[in-house]
Amino acid sequence: MKTKFRALALGAIMSVAGSAAFAATECIAPANPGGGWDFTCRQIGKILYDIGQVDSPVQVTNMAGGGGGLAYSHVVNERGDDNNLIVAASQATATRLAQNAYAGMTADQVRFVGAIGADPGVIVVAADSPFMSLGDMVDAIKADPGSVAFGGGSAAGGFDHLKVLMVLKEAGFTDITKVKYIGLDGGGDAITQTIGGFTQGMTGDMSEIVGFLQSGEVRALAVLTEERVPGFEDVPTAVEQGFDVVAVNWRGLYVPKGISDADFEAWGARLQAVADSQEWKDAMVANGLAPFTKVGGDFQSWVDGVIADTVELSKEIGVIQ
Amino acid sequence: MELLSNLALGFSVALTPFTLFLAVAGCFLGTIIGALPGLGPSNGVAILIPLAFSLGLDATSALVLMTAVYYGAMYGGRISSILLNIPGDEPALMTTLDGYPMAKAGRAGDALVLSGFASFFGALFATIGLMLLAPLLSRIAYQFGPSEYFALYLLAFSTLGGIASRNQAKAALASCIGLGIAMIGLDNQTGMPRFTGGNLHLMDGVDFLVAIVGLFAVAEVFVFIESHGRESSIGVKLGKVTLPVRDLTKGIGTMLRSSVIGFIAGVLPGAGASLGSFLAYMGEKNVQGKKGGFGTGVPKGVMAPEAGNNAAAGGALVPMLTLGVPGSGTTAVLLALLLTLNITPGPTLFTDRPDVVWGLIASLLIANFVLLAMNVPMVKMFVHILSVPAWVLLPGVMMISFVGIYSLSGSYFDLLLMIFFGIVGWIFRKLDVPTVPIILGILLGNHMEDALRRAMILSDGDWRFLFGFRWHSSSGGYEFYSAIPSSLLVLAVAGFVAPIFLRRVIKRPQAVSD
Repeated sequence: MKTKFRALALGAIMSVAGSAAFAATECIAPANPGGGWDFTCRQIGKILYDIGQVDSPVQVTNMAGGGGGLAYSHVVNERGDDNNLIVAASQATATRLAQNAYAGMTADQVRFVGAIGADPGVIVVAADSPFMSLGDMVDAIKADPGSVAFGGGSAAGGFDHLKVLMVLKEAGFTDITKVKYIGLDGGGDAITQTIGGFTQGMTGDMSEIVGFLQSGEVRALAVLTEERVPGFEDVPTAVEQGFDVVAVNWRGLYVPKGISDADFEAWGARLQAVADSQEWKDAMVANGLAPFTKVGGDFQSWVDGVIADTVELSKEIGVIQ
Repeated sequence: MELLSNLALGFSVALTPFTLFLAVAGCFLGTIIGALPGLGPSNGVAILIPLAFSLGLDATSALVLMTAVYYGAMYGGRISSILLNIPGDEPALMTTLDGYPMAKAGRAGDALVLSGFASFFGALFATIGLMLLAPLLSRIAYQFGPSEYFALYLLAFSTLGGIASRNQAKAALASCIGLGIAMIGLDNQTGMPRFTGGNLHLMDGVDFLVAIVGLFAVAEVFVFIESHGRESSIGVKLGKVTLPVRDLTKGIGTMLRSSVIGFIAGVLPGAGASLGSFLAYMGEKNVQGKKGGFGTGVPKGVMAPEAGNNAAAGGALVPMLTLGVPGSGTTAVLLALLLTLNITPGPTLFTDRPDVVWGLIASLLIANFVLLAMNVPMVKMFVHILSVPAWVLLPGVMMISFVGIYSLSGSYFDLLLMIFFGIVGWIFRKLDVPTVPIILGILLGNHMEDALRRAMILSDGDWRFLFGFRWHSSSGGYEFYSAIPSSLLVLAVAGFVAPIFLRRVIKRPQAVSD
């Protein structure tokens, strides 16, 4: 019995030593299986291994809670210098950090290493709506802010709400607290309310409206990207209609703060390799994502800019002080 | 024609070997759960949900498994009613009235076979009803704005609360406790945390599965421990099982009438199977009159409640799938399952996820035939299972609850919360406070709050909007744009108040918690 126990203990020590030497990469999805963050971890993890960027399969851990806050706190407090850890993130992570929704934790406590795809923002109306262009809608709001109510899949002050406000600010409308917005349970609900005439516009992601767009029940007034989205060439961008707004729900990763600059750059390069792979391009098409690649320091400074803008807008509408 | 192509889609999903296996396994488990006294359909489904997740089942498979368990439990409940005079679940209560006297008179086999056929008839009728009625109901999606939804949720609370207890005040109290628990977590409209005390575990609110397993399964174990686990021994010996053809053919009219009553009771949000079997039995008793001899052990007295409760079980799926409003405790648990699978039941479900809906309907049709086979020729097997001693059953239920919840979230905090809900559930049992409204509160509380707040934002805080009036700035007057909100609100008030008066007329023998 004693020898058996000793052998077990030895085995345990050896396996610990072993895992330290060739530690497998872990990807934390801060949500339950099935959502966008889970998809990010599983797809990127699989492709990283398939194209030989990592030596062993990436282990995906689901850590749901606090809208990503639980995982964020775990990384900041317990895994601060783990260079084998990547964490799925999206625009929602940035919005929540900007609005102080992670119990006081801030964006500078981790490093944002890259985004390799994005769900473009859209503004749509029902097929029988009088608004034929984004300009029509903006004019109507300028004339009577209460006459147009928006529905979206995020809470008030969330990214869907901010998309509309960004467009209106760009158009020179400053009284943005007057804009009516109701948060619904996802884009599908928001569209149903718009078709039913309870809201006059819907703000959301491209992937949420594809089915309704194809069935002809809604009309997309604008997509919030720099270029028209492949596959949806007849939807004009806000930019070409004179509103210089780009708002996309990017999908990417952050890594712990304490890793070396060399490790940070290495993760950026690995992500770039995933972005360039055919496998990822296929996965993007299958999931309604548009190309959007920014990695390394370039991405970190872009996220900083997004967060600064979000803080400013959120203060104006009173979501944060 | 559209119906046929939809059904074809459904069978293409349901007839895969794996889905078929799940349906059969679910029927088997469900019958056992139904047959065991105390383990009702809502407890059974609640215990098995976390298991479905740890098996990694996709939406359709999980739903097929769980509804097969649900239907199975409805069949199984009658077995202990007839043999032990203890209803296996509450909807089977009415079956004891004639089933046990029949068994004592040496006709236990006949009672089991007849009630099995009646269950089959009722469930088949309800499944066909679901198939025909549900798509019609789903077209009203675009008619439902925030005010309409608010009135609908209010209706669910007042009707389920109204009949879930013998006391309206206690039902209302339980609803308010549930609504209060629902307020914990992120505020849906602003994304800000509320009542979390800075605890990240509470940021997402209280998971309804934790509450369900705690309030139903764990509390059940506490109650059992307290009563020193009454020995479940077979009171009446089961003789040879034969098919009483004459009784069956004579009972067709009974089964048809009972199925119609049961189905309607089931479709009404909040009513459920217990009410279905009760109304079916009372209705048939009136039809047969004094000569019918109801209560003395007549075949029709067994067939009526069983057809009624199985039809109601199917009917209760209609509002759950098409409106997202559960018609009973068990469908509330199924609603929780759907929400966790990222499927939002409601008017758009039939257009968004036809594979899920029609796959489910096809599996229900299949499950019915499987259940008929299990509950008529193979009924003896389940009779043996009834003699499982409590000291085997109870630790099993406890173990499944713990493993299930932990595998779902991996959080010790949820386990503590589950035990807490178990204790609360046990205390509430003692106080005769119904627990189903609490679950409903946790499930629907945020939806109801959101609907109200959305309505207030759209109308600039004008309460008349909740009754279907919309201000028109151009004409400077109110427009009565829809009669739906007002009608639903009137029904809600009636549904809450009516049981107070009806209770005197129809003495309900026991609280409903199906």
